Amino acid sequence: MPLLAVAFGLIVGAVLIVVSGDNPLVAYRAMLEGSLGGSDAIGRTLEKATPLVLGGLAVAFAFKAGLFNIGGQGQLLLGAAFSAWVGFNFDLPAVIHIPAALIVGGLAAAILGGLAGLLKATRGVHEVISTIMLNFVAANFTEWMVSRDGPWKDPEGGAIARTPLVQDSADLPRIAGLPTGFLVAVLAAVSIWWLVNRSTLGFEVKTVGSNPKAAAYAGISVTRIIVITMGISAFLAGLGGAIQTLGVNGRFEPGFQTGLGFDGITIALLARTNALAVIPAALLIGAMDAGSTLMQARTNVEPEVINVIQAMILFFVAAPSVVRWILQLSEAEDVDTGVDLATGWGTT
Amino acid sequence: MSDRGDPVDGTGVGAATSADQSGFERPGEVPLLEMRGLTKRFPGVVANDKVDLLLYEGEILGLLGENGAGKSTLVKMLFGIHEADEGTILFRGEELKPSDPGDAIDKGIGMVHQHFQLVPPLTVAENIVLGAETTRAGGFMNRRAAEARVRELSRQYGLDVDPTDVVGDLPVGIQQRVEILKALYRGAELLILDEPTALLTPQETDELLAIMRDLAADGVGIIFITHKLREILAVTDRVTVLRRGKSVGRTLTADATTESLAEMMVGRSVVLSVEKPPREAGEAVLSVNDVQVRDDRRQLKVKGASFEVRAGEILGIAGVEGNGQRELVEAITGLRSIVSGNVSIDGQEVVNRPRKVREMGTAYIPEDRERDGLVGPYSIADNLVLTHYYEPPFANHGVRDFEEVDKKAELLVERFDIRTPDIHTPVKSLSGGNKQKVIVARELSDDNTLVVASQPTRGIDVGSIEFIHSQLIAARNEGLAVLLVSAELDEIFSLSDRIAVIYEGRIVAQRDPAATTREEIGLLMAGGEVREDSAA
Ligand SMILES: Nc1ncnc2c1ncn2[C@@H]1O[C@H](COP(=O)(O)OP(=O)(O)O)[C@@H](O)[C@H]1O
Ligand SMILES: [Mg+2]
Repeated sequence: MPLLAVAFGLIVGAVLIVVSGDNPLVAYRAMLEGSLGGSDAIGRTLEKATPLVLGGLAVAFAFKAGLFNIGGQGQLLLGAAFSAWVGFNFDLPAVIHIPAALIVGGLAAAILGGLAGLLKATRGVHEVISTIMLNFVAANFTEWMVSRDGPWKDPEGGAIARTPLVQDSADLPRIAGLPTGFLVAVLAAVSIWWLVNRSTLGFEVKTVGSNPKAAAYAGISVTRIIVITMGISAFLAGLGGAIQTLGVNGRFEPGFQTGLGFDGITIALLARTNALAVIPAALLIGAMDAGSTLMQARTNVEPEVINVIQAMILFFVAAPSVVRWILQLSEAEDVDTGVDLATGWGTT
Repeated sequence: MSDRGDPVDGTGVGAATSADQSGFERPGEVPLLEMRGLTKRFPGVVANDKVDLLLYEGEILGLLGENGAGKSTLVKMLFGIHEADEGTILFRGEELKPSDPGDAIDKGIGMVHQHFQLVPPLTVAENIVLGAETTRAGGFMNRRAAEARVRELSRQYGLDVDPTDVVGDLPVGIQQRVEILKALYRGAELLILDEPTALLTPQETDELLAIMRDLAADGVGIIFITHKLREILAVTDRVTVLRRGKSVGRTLTADATTESLAEMMVGRSVVLSVEKPPREAGEAVLSVNDVQVRDDRRQLKVKGASFEVRAGEILGIAGVEGNGQRELVEAITGLRSIVSGNVSIDGQEVVNRPRKVREMGTAYIPEDRERDGLVGPYSIADNLVLTHYYEPPFANHGVRDFEEVDKKAELLVERFDIRTPDIHTPVKSLSGGNKQKVIVARELSDDNTLVVASQPTRGIDVGSIEFIHSQLIAARNEGLAVLLVSAELDEIFSLSDRIAVIYEGRIVAQRDPAATTREEIGLLMAGGEVREDSAA
């Protein structure tokens, strides 16, 4: 089904390109070349895909407990800012410096997410509301930290609000041409998959997500699991911000990558909340992003067309019944998890 | 003639054959409904296998069968929800092939589903008119006329429903009458009731049965689906028994007995009254001292309950549902905090932590199995370890051991006769009785000292009831203390060594079953006066 959704998205995109007076084959060819043609292009795709893998994992994991973490953007900002701080403020050997910066970034985000979990578990505040509000808190907090009077302001930046560049020892290198950040993201995906499917904690998370009453009956502390799940979910988003900082940007500047937290939702849906499937889903979206530059250069297609294609993919994934209707598939053939997604998010 | 092509198998269904001579068919009269060789297949199951059925105008037909026997499927074909794969339906002698429920309704068939299809914020009249055609041009509904008609129907059948009430505020029993009214309003001549008594109190059930009799007396044909033999015998004219999709018995109710029906249903003779050897009770295992508990709306629901359950005895708590049983049981099992008083198990005080209470040796069969006791999408295996998944051998240092889980599951499925193709099947696809067996298997298979069983057989088939009762007795015989909470007097009387009655959050009486009567307990459950002299 997700493959079909991608195909539908591309077809709709082709129609748009034709309407705007261009040849979709030329456009898509450029997109392909810009994302996969050569090691530079591939490196760019992997770089774009890295925070998407982590953002997608964040949403997918929270969903296992029936939680909808749409605070990825704020969590990512905190992760980015704190990793930048560890990166520029300390002098450490790389083997310690890099993990420390990544982990501190992740933990800062985890605290923010855990707070949303705590509000939900103890006060009944819906996590969608609290994570959106905490997005503003995180955006303003990090902005202030690097503003004129902020403690992390780059003294050489003049009027520009940003942190100093991180030390070389905190710079994420490439290993065999692959961005280390992407490897970390893949490792995170495998770990989350293992956690969900093999550990008792994962069992507890899924039980809370499927039937919180039965979870309480089974002796699982629902409060604890909600807080832990939101914490882990936010940690993943924060890790995405940290990798972006240490591996790509080199410093924290407020407001970067706006909207990235929301791409996580697209990817989680595309992957049907399966942690391993998040990787190809993120690569797909990442490749589109990476390829859009060359596409613009070769045609007159607006980059927004890419957004439309991604939105259509999301639409077709989230609405399997629409796809089924288009294809006239029989009801019995496939019971889709997309339906579960729709109901699950409404209920908790 | 009536057993056409599908002879009853050798389990002794004498009633069906002898019935043929005594008016099972009425020559010269066109039946209201006749089904011939109806077959419906689902992937992997034949839900209905050449089912025959016969019903005359003004009769009530009981459709009896264990969970999963195919009862709902059969009536869904009649109501246009499913299409039959084979066979014919004759309605008043004419072939009926409803394309959808709307079509079935137009032809005069009404159905009350187990889960009501009402819109809670609307009034009774609005609900009844919704989708029916008493609308004026432009789709506005003629409220006045609708209310008048509803009131008239309600009076005619003694339904006692006010058309201006908001449905969401009405008790379940009345909502069900609204569903019945809805069907009658649309001109139903044949009314299908799918397990209508499953959610009703004993009193509401009696009222419903009386309504059914009135309707039948007025010429409405009724198909009444239930598990409860008592209800079949009380109200129906004829019975069709389904087992694994086949109609294994058809008889006039006058020719049937509880035993003969139970036997047809499960395909072997069933022990309806349980063997229970006398046994001396031991030390108190559970003691509940002047406990007060609040409900979800923070109202005091248990207002000072005290009792003990001793090793090797079953204490039955009888009471109409909603008198604080749920809150009391949840307090005992650590799921709900205790406002005042205390509960102890083997001398250890119970705290508001369910896992702690379990580890103190408590097994708990919850009242609402789907909501509390099972995780629907999980496999049978995962559900069988739902309360022990975190401990060796099922997990070591937080890592689950699936081999051990499966081993345990295979063992329990075998030992507790859980009918499933596979231990990895999602538990939600099991029948009610088998779901309950999963819970019972999980709860009664470890070393415990106390069993708390709340409404353990509600809504399940006779075969499973028998099995679960025997398991509870076995636990008692092994020296466990068993607290049984039930609204079914039959269950209370056949299992309990002592009976306590709960009314409005208090234990109002404790009785020796041998020294009391159903009437006395029934009276106490309804808040009647207490005769102090026979108190324990
Ligand atoms: N829509 C369906 N798809 C597949 N199988 C079904 C469906 N409905 C019922 N079944 C199966 O058909 C059998 C009969 O079910 P049902 O008619 O609901 O039984 P009953 O109402 O007697 O409990 C069961 O094995 C059930 O799992
Ligand atoms: Mg049924």
